[in-house]
Amino acid sequence: MTSVAQRGASSATPVEDVPGSRLQRVLRLQALQIVLILAVIVAIFGAMEPDSFLSVFNIRGIVVNTSILAVLGVGMTFVIITGGIDLSVGSVLVLSGVIASKVMVAAGGQGWGVALLGIVVATVCGLACGLLNGVLIAKLKVPPLIVTLGTMGATLGIAQIITGGIDLRDAPDVLVDNIGFGNIVGQVPTLSVVALVVVLLGMVVLHRTRFGLHTFAIGSNPEAGRRVGLKVDRHLIKVYALAGLTAGFGGILNLAFFQSTTIAGQTNTNLNVIAGVVIGGTSLFGGVGTVFGTVIGLFIPSTLQNGFVILGVQPFWQQVVVGGVLIAAVYVDQARRASALRGSRARPKFLPQFGGGSRKETP
Amino acid sequence: MTLLAAHGLSKAYGHVHALEEADFDVDAGEVVALIGDNGAGKSTLVRLLSGIETPDTGTILFEDNQVRLTSPVTARALGIETVFQDLALAPHLSPVQNMYLGREVMRPGLLGKLGFMDTKAMRTGSREAFDNLGATVRDLSGPVGSMSGGQKQGVAVARAAAWASKVIFLDEPTAALGVVQTRNVLDLIRRVRDEGIAVVFISHSMPHVMEVSDRIQVLRRGQRVATFETSRTSMEELVSAMTGATEPEAGAIP
Repeated sequence: MTSVAQRGASSATPVEDVPGSRLQRVLRLQALQIVLILAVIVAIFGAMEPDSFLSVFNIRGIVVNTSILAVLGVGMTFVIITGGIDLSVGSVLVLSGVIASKVMVAAGGQGWGVALLGIVVATVCGLACGLLNGVLIAKLKVPPLIVTLGTMGATLGIAQIITGGIDLRDAPDVLVDNIGFGNIVGQVPTLSVVALVVVLLGMVVLHRTRFGLHTFAIGSNPEAGRRVGLKVDRHLIKVYALAGLTAGFGGILNLAFFQSTTIAGQTNTNLNVIAGVVIGGTSLFGGVGTVFGTVIGLFIPSTLQNGFVILGVQPFWQQVVVGGVLIAAVYVDQARRASALRGSRARPKFLPQFGGGSRKETP
Repeated sequence: MTLLAAHGLSKAYGHVHALEEADFDVDAGEVVALIGDNGAGKSTLVRLLSGIETPDTGTILFEDNQVRLTSPVTARALGIETVFQDLALAPHLSPVQNMYLGREVMRPGLLGKLGFMDTKAMRTGSREAFDNLGATVRDLSGPVGSMSGGQKQGVAVARAAAWASKVIFLDEPTAALGVVQTRNVLDLIRRVRDEGIAVVFISHSMPHVMEVSDRIQVLRRGQRVATFETSRTSMEELVSAMTGATEPEAGAIP
């Protein structure tokens, strides 16, 4: 045995320094870079307009504006790590808000009891939508892009049918006053603290638990997972259910914050969340990602938008810049994967018709 | 007693008959080489015997009891592990995570129930398994995907060897390896056999087959056409059995 070990060791070329950590270093680098980019953006705006941009009021505004997206971003990070995509989150958010509002009105009252009921209803509604997505994707093998495109339209349609297309504005006072606008202490918004709790939970589940590990494994190589006995289909359903659940919870937060179901206002939410996840270093190719990166990735667009408004630049520039950052982020990810991972996949798995294939054929 | 045996296994993919009434057997503590030309049905046979696919017809006997290997999980529960040609590792996960994927060691008590893993125990276990087999895996926490072919092979084989208690299948374990890594894998095969585990390996390399196997079973067109004692056969005999130059079962041991 020793002879084998020795021979094995001697076979290694000396230039090849601890090869395994290469990808990890790359990932750490990417997380660091994205934090740096955000820091640079903040520094530039802060230098140009220190009084208004760096004011507590303004920073609080940026944080609040990012909070709901961050909640959706947690679920989306899991989905994208499996190599999938969820386009329906914005519509699920709307539908959950609508149904929660209807239920809370029917229950009546402005107290915590009703608010709690609304939170549960919205979350369960989101969970149900996510389960539907998951079952269609995992069991019927319809590509995630198509399934969630379909449910995106369908859930928004149902929300419009229920409301006749007119936003509901009913939310219990305690919900609006506390979660929507309240501060937990000083200028720390309750909404953002709630979002932070969701984010922290997401981090722990993704990086510390078996559920998170299996999410990475399935995104990395579903066939390998299947062969070691992972219930790949069931896990995918759970992951999409989680994305639905966070969207549903986002729905009640959204209702509390805007006091409106914002039926027409969520058409780009899905893409904004996906952009944040991807800018944050989670790979569309699956197997790689962090919730922390997602949060930073979501702060970049909202900070840009806020800064442009303050500077008097047309805020539409934000879209241009974010578009550029998004493409750059995916380019960097792709280039690095090609060099760090030998023989990695070249196409996202939610586009199987182009050769990625979420179900790997075996010889 | 035959440890694992198959009788009359057939498997068709559409119009292609990958296996037609194939037989197979392996005893504990022996190395059986499975050889045959491309498309002879070697990989299909291994897939059936490791539970990846189920046969259309035929029976599989494990320790003289008929078993139905409906999934890799049922096979593994019997102590049957397989190293596939594509290794079936998750490239973004570390060697430790791959080693214990699907068999994670959980933390005791409530934390474990909540899904928290005992990463320390898994790390120690992996280190032992790699050391036992002389597999050179220097970085336990880096992703497997960035390792060399030999190291990946080391992880895959060590995983199978660590969990197998009865049978290991190796599908072309030396195909992508250099000289030294090949030697390691062949040594490893012997070492696993010496522990009393049955080793079945597919190879196209006749010298490796001759070097490490105790018996050789030849597949051709989806059937076992011959079985040889390695010590009493020659490469010429094997090649002619593979290509069909000799009649089926000629020179075979009944």
